[in-house]
Amino acid sequence: MHNENQSLIFELSKEGRVGYSLPELDVPDFDLSDLLPEGFVRKEAAELPEVAELDIMRHYTALSRRNHGVDSGFYPLGSCTMKYNPKINENVARLSGFANIHPLQDEATVQGAMELLFELQTSLVEITGMDEVTLQPAAGAHGEWTALMMIRAFHEANGEGHRNKVIVPDSAHGTNPASATVAGFETITVKSNEDGLVDLDDLRRVVGEDTAALMLTNPNTLGLFEENILEMAEIIHGVGGKVYYDGANLNAVMSKARPGDMGFDCVHLNLHKTFTGPHGGGGPGSGPVGVKADLIPFLPKPVLVKKEDGSFHFDYNRPQSIGRVKPYYGNFGINVRAYTYIRTMGPEGLKAVTEYAVLNANYMMRRLEPFFDLPYNRHCKHEFVLSGRRQKKLGVRTLDIAKRLLDFGYHPPTIYFPLNVEEGMMIEPTETESKETLDAFIDAMIQIANETEENPSIVQEAPHTTVISRLDETRAARTPILRYTKMEG
Amino acid sequence: MVHRYLPMTEQDKKDMLATIGAESVNELFSDIPESVRFKGLYNIKPAKSESALLKELKQLAAKNEDTDSNVSFLGAGIYNHYKPIIVDHVISRSEFYTAYTPYQPEISQGELQAIFEFQTMIAELTGMDLANSSMYDGGTSLAEAGMLAAGHTRRKKLLVSESIHPEYRDVVATYAYGQSIEVVSVPTKNGVTDVEELKGLIDDNTAAVMVQYPNFFGQIEDLQTIGDIAHEAKGLFIVSANPLALGILTPPGKLGADITVGDAQVFGIPESFGGPYCGYFATTSKLMRKVPGRLVGETVDQDGRRGYVLTLQAREQHIRREKATSNICSNQALLALAASVAMTALGKKGVQEIAKQNIVKTRYAKNAFEAAGFTVVFQGAHFNEIVVKTTKPVNEMNKQLIQDGIIGGFDLGTVYPELENHVLIAVTELRTKEEIDVLVEKMGAYNA
Repeated sequence: MHNENQSLIFELSKEGRVGYSLPELDVPDFDLSDLLPEGFVRKEAAELPEVAELDIMRHYTALSRRNHGVDSGFYPLGSCTMKYNPKINENVARLSGFANIHPLQDEATVQGAMELLFELQTSLVEITGMDEVTLQPAAGAHGEWTALMMIRAFHEANGEGHRNKVIVPDSAHGTNPASATVAGFETITVKSNEDGLVDLDDLRRVVGEDTAALMLTNPNTLGLFEENILEMAEIIHGVGGKVYYDGANLNAVMSKARPGDMGFDCVHLNLHKTFTGPHGGGGPGSGPVGVKADLIPFLPKPVLVKKEDGSFHFDYNRPQSIGRVKPYYGNFGINVRAYTYIRTMGPEGLKAVTEYAVLNANYMMRRLEPFFDLPYNRHCKHEFVLSGRRQKKLGVRTLDIAKRLLDFGYHPPTIYFPLNVEEGMMIEPTETESKETLDAFIDAMIQIANETEENPSIVQEAPHTTVISRLDETRAARTPILRYTKMEG
Repeated sequence: MVHRYLPMTEQDKKDMLATIGAESVNELFSDIPESVRFKGLYNIKPAKSESALLKELKQLAAKNEDTDSNVSFLGAGIYNHYKPIIVDHVISRSEFYTAYTPYQPEISQGELQAIFEFQTMIAELTGMDLANSSMYDGGTSLAEAGMLAAGHTRRKKLLVSESIHPEYRDVVATYAYGQSIEVVSVPTKNGVTDVEELKGLIDDNTAAVMVQYPNFFGQIEDLQTIGDIAHEAKGLFIVSANPLALGILTPPGKLGADITVGDAQVFGIPESFGGPYCGYFATTSKLMRKVPGRLVGETVDQDGRRGYVLTLQAREQHIRREKATSNICSNQALLALAASVAMTALGKKGVQEIAKQNIVKTRYAKNAFEAAGFTVVFQGAHFNEIVVKTTKPVNEMNKQLIQDGIIGGFDLGTVYPELENHVLIAVTELRTKEEIDVLVEKMGAYNA
């Protein structure tokens, strides 16, 4: 990485420089005061930077060199499925017929785009075992909320609007309880048992006639398959609730088990995880939702349908719909990439994806097991969670281990999550990594474990090779500086 | 299975299974109960080679009429603007697009700094104290603003102007339903929010008044007056603003807005059939700790060097869980980067010039329509859209126009029954005089 003081773009600004080339004004010019009333024209210009084109490129190139992506190196960030982002996807999404079409064009002029969306929907119906899929939610959390709103509408339509509780395991992603709150539900937490799975007795204890839904990730955030899934679904269905599948971990079960066959009533997928939409530094995502037949009437508007004549149409005539969750039809560009990926892999490919994702995780888990605590010792799925409690006793925290990994050129695992593991490290290698890459990372982890015993300060003081050292986060939060302000004088 | 995305060899697999102590890969799935196990393969289309798939998808793309090979006068929230070519070069750098949320600041300074710069540019344009790192889009951003206002004021009613984008209003309604918040529409008069109606509707349970700037009809609302009405009732004032128009227009922050939201699609982001775009969310300092989504702040490292981190995370879902007031996690970081590059390329001068071109070219179109005998309804100040009355149905007219390579305007009758046979025409800086003249001529011939 690039090690020098990095200017802000505003600090490169110099009055009189331009970085743009606007069309020539070929209509008669007007004085703005003739077109806009007094007070409508801003008095102070927005202080955007004035920089010439090459210097803009150098600035952002320098920034990119201070950033680690999947193409830069291994990125085993648990629960985020940081697999390779295929380049053909980028080319397809940039085809003019996809990138340069307006969402409000006459349907007859965008049939190709609608066909692609319909094909993607159809593929996801098969992959999830659901009856219908909407592509509208913009990201996983948005999909969670969309599905919960549908569950709420379902209960209300059945005269059961009193169902206001959503049950969430203690190992759940933070978005689960937050989505439940935003959809107007109260969250009840159900405990995990000593095997890291949902405690069925506790589940039986918390369900009741006010249960709206159970939200579950399977495999769960420990990377373990909830073996009692059918029994759990029975408990929830028995009291009239719905079972929701958080598809964040779908990479672990493709072609092995489908949410629809496991008793789930609805599911959201993260196309930016399993289906290679690039993560973009934090987004955009795409979070389609699949549902079983009895939830179909509540799908958000519009619903994409294929008409008898073979043409595609957005259907707005859905009287029981929860309404619109997003302007237009979802993050189309990400959906194009996901479809391209599915067509690149095909049925055999998707099966192999899951098999290698799980093989890789188990291999890493077994090789690291002698050096770190493994709280749940059984086959994992696509990821596993180690505990750094052994190292903590020696004064090295999981945060230190993560920072030390930076010195080896790796993005660390997800740390301190799930919440039910002390000093947790959640490792997800994905299927696109070679054995050599896995071995090199394992060697680094073993070295860090040894350093912890022999020379802990090298770990505690890490990172040593990055462009900056550990940042003062307390200061950032106490005296927030959220924008650049030009120094006077 | 051999595939270019799957590097493991048969030998690797064998060695790894030996380390694991498993006989086969299938054994690793033995915890999936037999009764739910999926057997066989998905019934989806077979895989295609890189070249064959590219060919197929190019053919599919070619079925669409795009705004590149046609001349587009369609706006209604999403616009065909100048996209500096460098934008795509920057966001194609895989250090940016293959990274995730910058959880590890030491190896994510590039992304963090880019977001910090984005926050600054949005704050500058909107005249607000601060902006977050982005939202999904303008519509969900507006909805989140409504939720923030309801939480902050502990009031349960949103007054939403009917001159806001209809799809945005629909999204607000869906979110509000989830939170048991009442949404009341404020009618328009002469194409802008009816201030007298607003005064009659506002009460001490009003959490916020929401308007759009310029509004859905391209008209420029009198923010000062509306904001004063909101504040008199102790409600918040929320403005959904086109940030490109703010190159010229007085920013909402100077006119009393408590929250300004909108979509930065206008800065270098393609129309892309509805997304991904780039919502933004800007507020006064007073609301800083209630802002949804991610915020990047400046700090120093152990050696005193300036650096950037995700900050004020106590607001967010992964910390607050069920107590969170927003569930947003992933945002639109890559599009925020795209918008930043476009805003940087335009710079202080360019953003004024591009905004002015939109106003001037739209005025030219307005005069041309009127000269050709059309009625342009709503005679207030406009930005880059005007409403033209037609004699024949708009959708049929648009079907004719596309034959001549023109993507016509938005058919207002589909959402405003009183505006049947009215078309919303968008004129950006990219439309030439000749293109405008041809549109007026073709529409004149069709409606004669």
